[in-house]
Amino acid sequence: MKYAVKIEVSLKPGHINPEGETTTQLLIELGYNVKAIAVSKVYTVFLEASTKVEAETKAQEMCNRLLANPTKDNYSISIAESK
Amino acid sequence: MNLADIKVCILRVGGTNCDAETQRAFQEFGVQTEIVQVNNLIKHHNLLDYNILVFPGGFSYGDYVRSGVIFARHLSAQLGKEIKNFIDAGHPILGICNGFQILVEYGLLPGFEGISPVPEATLTTNEPSGFKCKWVYLRQENQGKCVFTSAIPKGKIIRLPIAHGEGRLLFPKEKSEAFLKRLIDEDMLVFRYCTKEGTIADNRYPTNPNGSFYDIAGICNSEGNIFGLMPHPERALYWWQQPDWTRQNQMMQYGDGKLIFQSIINKLTHKI
Repeated sequence: MKYAVKIEVSLKPGHINPEGETTTQLLIELGYNVKAIAVSKVYTVFLEASTKVEAETKAQEMCNRLLANPTKDNYSISIAESK
Repeated sequence: MNLADIKVCILRVGGTNCDAETQRAFQEFGVQTEIVQVNNLIKHHNLLDYNILVFPGGFSYGDYVRSGVIFARHLSAQLGKEIKNFIDAGHPILGICNGFQILVEYGLLPGFEGISPVPEATLTTNEPSGFKCKWVYLRQENQGKCVFTSAIPKGKIIRLPIAHGEGRLLFPKEKSEAFLKRLIDEDMLVFRYCTKEGTIADNRYPTNPNGSFYDIAGICNSEGNIFGLMPHPERALYWWQQPDWTRQNQMMQYGDGKLIFQSIINKLTHKI
């Protein structure tokens, strides 16, 4: 089966997020009542796996081996079948 | 070991930009130096022909994903066994700036239990945020384990430049105090940011330029043969590289950066 695996990597609470802070300030300047912005990175990984569980296991491995640093990053995985 | 027999491998990839200066620093001592493209090292499997491995500064692979991680994972996938053999043989590895980030992402630093399969720390966004390019003072904290500071007495203050946006060393929050204790107990702490007089920054900006935990600027592994630091010793090799050298009362030949290179050369030639 082909899957599209969305991996979202975001900063753990307490880590500074200058991109979010700067963007928040500008949106306030543009007249929006914005309190804060959390910026994250989304990797959409297209892969083949025999089951959805296998696709998720592979995605977790990718996070642990490359995409996320456990000191500062959280990650979440969502999987959809792909054509 | 004879000076002329020492071979230094300065490893580069796309985005490395401090390789020539680092080579120049080693050349000052009369050792053999070679700037090696990583794919050549992978192709020839000849890492053990060298006596020192250096990861110079830059923005390897465009700092994609996280600073240093692509280079680190590429190397561990392609040359993991040879890197381990190199380390186990006691050969020294130096990581400067992006090189330090690579060593941390590889799991070589701090490396409490040898090579960690996942990074035990991060060099993350400076706090306050922004790219900082300035001269800083560092206090040498190592008691003798680190082979790259053997020519610098404990407590000595040295002056080096930094140039980074992500140099804030952090450990996982719940492990910070335990890791710090190990760094101190196992003599892995090497440089801390301080004032010109040697007072530790105590997390005060700009003396600590990036918000690094415990004002840490450089650490070594538990064996002392792998060393990473954010400041650039190769940019402080000569006295005249200091921005205020014409205003100083004395005129020396070398800047403080020389001491890092001198230390490892002395070690290999058994001068100390």
